[in-house]
Amino acid sequence: MPVPVSMSATTLGHGEANLSAGFPSPAEDHGENRIDLAEILVPHPSASFTLRVNGHSMTRAGIHDGDLAIVDRSLTARHNDVIVAALDGDLVCKRLLIKHGRTWLVPDCEDPAYKPAEVTGRDGFEIWGVITATIRFHRR
Amino acid sequence: MTVFALVDANNFYVSCERVFNPRLEGVPVGVLSNNDGCFVARSNELKALGVKMGEPLFKVRDLIRRHNVRVLSSNYALYGDMSARIVDCLSCFTPDIEIYSIDESFLDLTGMEHRDLIEYGQGIRATVKRWTGIPTCVGIGPTKTLAKLANFAAKKALIDGTSVCDLRDQEVRDKLMTRTPVDEVWGIGRRSAAKLTALGVHSVADLRDMDTKRARSLLTVTGERIIHELRGMACMSLDLLEEPQKGLAVTRSFGQPVIGKDELLSALVTYVTRAGEKLRRGGLVAGHMQVFARTSPFRGDPPYSGSGQASVSPATDDTFELIGHATRILDRIWKPGFRYAKAGVILTDLTPRGQAQPSLLDRRDTDRSKRLMAAMDAVNSGMGRGTIRPGMASATKGWGMRQESRTPAYTTQFADVPVVRA
Repeated sequence: MPVPVSMSATTLGHGEANLSAGFPSPAEDHGENRIDLAEILVPHPSASFTLRVNGHSMTRAGIHDGDLAIVDRSLTARHNDVIVAALDGDLVCKRLLIKHGRTWLVPDCEDPAYKPAEVTGRDGFEIWGVITATIRFHRR
Repeated sequence: MTVFALVDANNFYVSCERVFNPRLEGVPVGVLSNNDGCFVARSNELKALGVKMGEPLFKVRDLIRRHNVRVLSSNYALYGDMSARIVDCLSCFTPDIEIYSIDESFLDLTGMEHRDLIEYGQGIRATVKRWTGIPTCVGIGPTKTLAKLANFAAKKALIDGTSVCDLRDQEVRDKLMTRTPVDEVWGIGRRSAAKLTALGVHSVADLRDMDTKRARSLLTVTGERIIHELRGMACMSLDLLEEPQKGLAVTRSFGQPVIGKDELLSALVTYVTRAGEKLRRGGLVAGHMQVFARTSPFRGDPPYSGSGQASVSPATDDTFELIGHATRILDRIWKPGFRYAKAGVILTDLTPRGQAQPSLLDRRDTDRSKRLMAAMDAVNSGMGRGTIRPGMASATKGWGMRQESRTPAYTTQFADVPVVRA
């Protein structure tokens, strides 16, 4: 199987200092590209989607209402990953637990009102993608 | 020997919608053309109800209600992005790709014969499905025409139900061709099929066994080429490079009839603006423009069809210059008192920007124009089409496309990203 290659639109071309007179810049030989957050947050852009989180069941995992979730569909979901799943027609964000051949979607918060759901072999359940990062803006 | 694969998305527009709304899974879904006129994509459930491709919505209103069919307006921003994602995914398998349409690509797999290509095709399907959520079928054959036929067989599960079909084997090919009607062959349209049927050529096998000279006189060299390709002799390679377009048209039917000249001009300006964007995206300039406006042949209104052309000299990609030309053509063809139902602008004589003949008399400030157009395109692609538009192209009025149930631009507009429940 092919591995997804990075296709982020990194801007190259950190220009070399082009001084006509004076001393050459001491940084000239150390030219590097600026940190590209898009590349770090979305290493597989063709297989990644941005979703907005709505709800409070994942607060202990650090995911809050209104956060942006980066979902990478090229990854294989593993035990304990935070994932997006299609469940009975909805897209839901939960922690994936896989134990002894059984699968659960579980909330990760202090509120006991949110309950785990067993989805082993269930119709209407499908893993949609793995959440690799979430983003929250603190100044709006 | 050459080996081609055709990867074709299943019910592409419907599949795109289902990725972001799982509720559409397993129920009849249809996507409508621009203007919500007729069906351009149907889920298998909707096909099973007997709704045909291109079926006008008003003809099946009753059936739609009875079976609770989910009917959506087309969302081209979404389909375009999903299409590009599929192509990105396919490029991880081979660099030799021809993007044939929004939902079909040819891959050149020549040199991979030593591999199990059915398994390889399954790998392609699984990866595209995983990355994008879109189901596909893969057809494999020694020519593009046979790959296309293999894809048809995969889609209809004529050989088996695995969604991958390999027609390199002569025996498999013979069996399929004998029981497939000739009009399923790529390049055989309805008229050619009628001609062939009249001569007793009914199946694909009949066509394959036809005398090539006879085919040539009946269907020109295209027909002869198709026969060679059906016999396994590759006559077409991949069109890797996008050929420069010959013409570019933006035409629409209006949501409601347009009566006033201002309103008609405003619609035309929007189309010219759109055409200008397309020109610039393709790095082209246009040397000729045609504008038309006509009444509806169906509504029983007094008929009128006006059309005018002008050469655009020097050739340009500047929206404002193009609007100037369109305005002058409209002045010539405009007749008051009619209920206009459709209008459009067609740009031809397209050449790559750098190759256009410069004019000695050209006193335009092309740098300024280039900067202005670049700025306009940047804002519109970042913030949504029509954020910046020429003053005359007022926001959607009666003539605007009727798109009552379009889903959000999930993947191309930040405000529209899908919501996930936590």
